[in-house]
Amino acid sequence: MSTVDGVAMVTLILADARFPGGGHVHSGGVEEAAARGLVTGEADLAGFLRGRLRTAGELGAVFAAASAHAAAAGATAGHWRLLDEELDARTPSAAQRAASRAQGRGAVRAGRRAWPSAVLEGLLAAVPRPHHPVVLGALVAGAGGGPSDAALCAGYLAVSGPASAAVRLLGLDPFGANAAVAALDAELRAVVATATAAAALAPADLPAQSSPGLDLLAEAHDRRHREEVRLFAS
Amino acid sequence: MNFDPTATEPDPHPPARSAGRAVRIGIGGPVGSGKTALVAALCRALGDRLNLAVVTNDIYTTEDADFLRAAGVLAPDRIEAVQTGCCPHTAIRDDITANLDAVELLEQRFPGLDLVIIESGGDNLTAVFSRGLVDSQVFVVDVAGGDKVPRKGGPGVTTADLLVINKIDLAEQVGADLTVMAADAHRMRGELPVISQSLVRTPDAPEVTDWVLAQLA
Ligand SMILES: Nc1nc2c(ncn2[C@@H]2O[C@H](COP(=O)(O)OP(=O)(O)OP(=O)(O)O)[C@@H](O)[C@H]2O)c(=O)[nH]1
Ligand SMILES: [Mg+2]
Repeated sequence: MSTVDGVAMVTLILADARFPGGGHVHSGGVEEAAARGLVTGEADLAGFLRGRLRTAGELGAVFAAASAHAAAAGATAGHWRLLDEELDARTPSAAQRAASRAQGRGAVRAGRRAWPSAVLEGLLAAVPRPHHPVVLGALVAGAGGGPSDAALCAGYLAVSGPASAAVRLLGLDPFGANAAVAALDAELRAVVATATAAAALAPADLPAQSSPGLDLLAEAHDRRHREEVRLFAS
Repeated sequence: MNFDPTATEPDPHPPARSAGRAVRIGIGGPVGSGKTALVAALCRALGDRLNLAVVTNDIYTTEDADFLRAAGVLAPDRIEAVQTGCCPHTAIRDDITANLDAVELLEQRFPGLDLVIIESGGDNLTAVFSRGLVDSQVFVVDVAGGDKVPRKGGPGVTTADLLVINKIDLAEQVGADLTVMAADAHRMRGELPVISQSLVRTPDAPEVTDWVLAQLA
């Protein structure tokens, strides 16, 4: 198992902004929030990221951990389908479902080369275009990591991408945005703990954190993209 | 907001694999050098002969895709625009996911596609396409940017499979010396080809068209 002090290398690579899985074109709602003047500076960004971590971030972490657990337990095709469908059911915005599946596809393309595994192929045979957190869990498991590694990855990505988008869109001080992410240390640990504790639950019983605000931003982004400038895919 | 659980989403199944995939040619270069004009010229010249499609990477909106659609050089559904998250060079080089998705979507929509042209967003002289995305690439610079551009070099000028020096009709107005530009370009590029052209004088870009056809042979 390729781990150092319990953290699998796969976790570092998947969480790295340089991972070529297509994450850099998704702002996680920041572009729409910025266009509406809801996020204008470091202070707003910190609040936005905290909220995002505790909702969309926790949901992603829960499903990534459950996916890693399922992979280690030799999930059947039926289980993979159920897991993916349950995440669909917890993602009311069609735009967010599309963004999640697009990032899942990107992670599959890059991850297949880096960590080919029977687990990943099993998932893809059952669900050709899985949600991003489900792919993260399968990749992490395929490379020797566990549910907490997968949860850490999903939780971190839920805030690191949006923070970087805010720097690009608003010209924020990159040191400030970076510090805002670092300040979420305790919250991220709590999210990982929640996700890891829930990893073995049946898919239907997994927690369902929701954020209607992010759902509305995602839908508005998608709609407005047809009328005016939008630089990010979501 | 659409809460309708029966709302349709993109087909989650992977595309059927066709026997051979389309040749992919990237067209890059600084802002305003004439990339879209060249793509339009190639579509006019090759659209009847080849099964072709285009991917655009605008920094802003779908400007290039809209221009091509309005120009009527290609059916609108053969043109896809991707968003680059403020980083056009990242989308063609470091993380090519969005572009590969667009190319694969077009290949799925038009089985047997011969050629996909990918226009990058206007960027700097260091922005080149990854070999994971394109089979070969054209770098377009223009005379109006000054005759120093070829000699400044950078990966676009030195490594692209074809360098196009565009807008030679403007040389006199901007005081650019075409002989110097061509000589510098050849010096920087060794054996790699250079084409000087004006899309005003030769709107169908005959020399670049021939080069593209040679890539497909
Ligand atoms: N005089 C002259 N104008 C040209 C020529 N080729 C293109 N143009 C004009 O130059 C302008 C920019 O051309 P585009 O094709 O939009 O340039 P581009 O490289 O696609 O620009 P971006 O996508 O914004 O980076 C347009 O107004 C074209 O009509 C040429 O050979 N001569
Ligand atoms: Mg253009």
